[in-house]
Amino acid sequence: MTTSTPTARPTAATSRRASSLRPTRSRRVDRPRRSVLLTVLCALVLVYALVPLVWLVINATKSQGDLFGSFGLWFAGDVNLLDNIVRTLTYDDGVFGRWFLNTLLYVVAGAGGATVLAVLGGYGLAKFDFVGKKAVLAVVIGAVAVPGTALAVPTFLMFSQMGITNTPLAVIVPSLISPFGLYLMWTFASEAIPTELLEAARVDGAGELRTFAQVCLPLLAPGTVTVLLFTVVATWNNYFLPLIMLRDPDWYPLTLGLNAWNAQAATAGGEAIFDLVITGSLLTVLPLVVAFLFLQRYWQSGLSAGGVKE
Amino acid sequence: MSSPTPSRRLAARTLRGTALVAVLGLTLAACGGGDGSPEDVAAAVEEGGTLTVWAWDPTMEQVAADFETANPGVTVELANVGTGNDQYTALQNAISAGSGGPDVAQVEYYALPQFVLGEALADLGPLGADDLEGTYTPGPWNAVQAAGQGEGIYGLPIDSGPMALFYNAAVFEEAGVEVPTTWDEYVEAGRQIHAALPDTYITADTGDAGFATSLIWQAGGEPFTVDGTDVGIDLADEGSARFAEMWQPMIDEELLAPINPWTDEWFAALGGGQVASLVTGAWMPGNLVSGAADASGDWRVAPMPQWEEGGAATSENGGSSLAVMEASEQQELAYAFLDFAAAGDGIASRVEEGAFPATVAELESEEFLAQEPEYFGGQRINEVLAESATEVVDGWQYLPFQVYANSVFNDTVGQAYVGGTTLSEGLQSWQGDLTTYGEQQGFGTAAR
Repeated sequence: MTTSTPTARPTAATSRRASSLRPTRSRRVDRPRRSVLLTVLCALVLVYALVPLVWLVINATKSQGDLFGSFGLWFAGDVNLLDNIVRTLTYDDGVFGRWFLNTLLYVVAGAGGATVLAVLGGYGLAKFDFVGKKAVLAVVIGAVAVPGTALAVPTFLMFSQMGITNTPLAVIVPSLISPFGLYLMWTFASEAIPTELLEAARVDGAGELRTFAQVCLPLLAPGTVTVLLFTVVATWNNYFLPLIMLRDPDWYPLTLGLNAWNAQAATAGGEAIFDLVITGSLLTVLPLVVAFLFLQRYWQSGLSAGGVKE
Repeated sequence: MSSPTPSRRLAARTLRGTALVAVLGLTLAACGGGDGSPEDVAAAVEEGGTLTVWAWDPTMEQVAADFETANPGVTVELANVGTGNDQYTALQNAISAGSGGPDVAQVEYYALPQFVLGEALADLGPLGADDLEGTYTPGPWNAVQAAGQGEGIYGLPIDSGPMALFYNAAVFEEAGVEVPTTWDEYVEAGRQIHAALPDTYITADTGDAGFATSLIWQAGGEPFTVDGTDVGIDLADEGSARFAEMWQPMIDEELLAPINPWTDEWFAALGGGQVASLVTGAWMPGNLVSGAADASGDWRVAPMPQWEEGGAATSENGGSSLAVMEASEQQELAYAFLDFAAAGDGIASRVEEGAFPATVAELESEEFLAQEPEYFGGQRINEVLAESATEVVDGWQYLPFQVYANSVFNDTVGQAYVGGTTLSEGLQSWQGDLTTYGEQQGFGTAAR
């Protein structure tokens, strides 16, 4: 992210910064150098990241018998994918669909809310001065260092006194708080929104809300999408919090539901349904893959945003 | 959706402090905690209400539905909160929080003493369980009385796990090995099978607390003695020593399949014949049918291998009860459900779906004994299993912190399976760990 100098009243500091940027600019138009080592390393990392996904896709096409009896990284004789998907969606009176909708609810309300709060808070902290700002900074930085899992049990005890455990609220409310998202938006907003723009908007007579909505939000889009991606992935994959908060399978997200299915095999009298667990897992990761592919455009286009036209 | 009743929410809000205070507080607030009678139970069913039941057993769904049909005023909220340990964690959390727990919970026999000692379970004796003496086989009936924890009946048995030898007859035949009747023969059979078929093992074991304690139990060992809060631990007694001595060669000679139980790999090996036998509880057939379908027709059941030539001693592995929580405000209605599920019409529907009963009447019924499942080649397996239930060695006690004990088994005894130590050394280090833990928890533990 480069902030280049505003045209009005160049100060010594800003012109010095501009001159120090010039060499980097000229270096950037060089032809990219090729490195065999780097290519090999990247290929290794790519394989490492993709093999589990490939395994999942391949094995979602197998029946339980083929799952046990054929090589893991290649297809078995007959393809049962459609049949597996149908059985996954209908098993146990179609409870998978219910879990899917639950997950969607937790993600839309939890991750969506967390993103809204992070954008509002980050913008406020970046662009306004108020008493106690340093203290807020310290608290946020401290909160980034505390893993969410460590807070799950105390939160459970607090919620159970309030009587909201075993309800969707118990999962959504803790998901609304994303210290890392707030911190990210804060640093992004201070870089991406030139103070001069705000001043210009105010001089033109826009109110604070309108300035935020029409001038700043578009500038903040790439950061917002980044935070949204992070919180969506975190909420979608959240396991420990719902595990502690929820008792009723009707409110389970997919993560807990699939685990319950997986545990059936280890239950006296339970039915082993490894094929459905694998197909269900594939169906569970698909929306995340789609979300990434869809949101990536905004993410990349934003990398060059944030400068003012020179 | 089971939101707490207003009164319970109020109770939760007014309660502060430790779990013990919470439990005691709710006991005081509970209407009729411990002073119910069979008449009160009947009245509670008349009145109706909503019961929350935590159970992972798949056959409970039918039982809950039947109970609702039989008693139109009652709604049963059945939730599968997780199998075994997962559910105990949730129960412990609810007990600590003083709210959010169920009225009825499925609790395995080994875990009962832990919850009884924490005063989390209601005594069912006055509610009508006193009249059930003789209904159940000795093993489960002894277990629900949480031996060593004072007087009382803290659960009703819903199934049992008298042990037997499940074996793949086709593999034994191919290897030319006779079905073993003693443990010495079993070890020898393990050698022969692996020598004849290099990819095949007689069984899979990577260290399993339930298996080890069940074999020690069968050998007449009494490593755990409990009297109130005085706990004695001796994992070098005669029974424990016999187990360690017998099983050590299986590890040393690599006669055990290195496969973790209950994984897909394990089921695949059971179905494919790479694991040729299991010595486990009588609830196993259902899991073989659904998880190892490929080996249908090959498996048979034989009596558990014996420590003495010509002996007839068995032990239990697994099995669970339904218990009523002390914190429940409807203990009478909860007991009515237990009575239905564990001593009434619920038994038949559960047996039909493959559960192994704990009731004498079912185990002796002609219909039950005459079943000839195709999976076992038409063998009358229930005759073998029911026989096992009558020969369980008595006097066995679990620790009042057995859930914890089993969770650290693999850190101690489990080390013997990966080399570096022997089973008897492993049992000693388990004993040290448990003695320390018991003292930390305020028990008077003594290594005997």
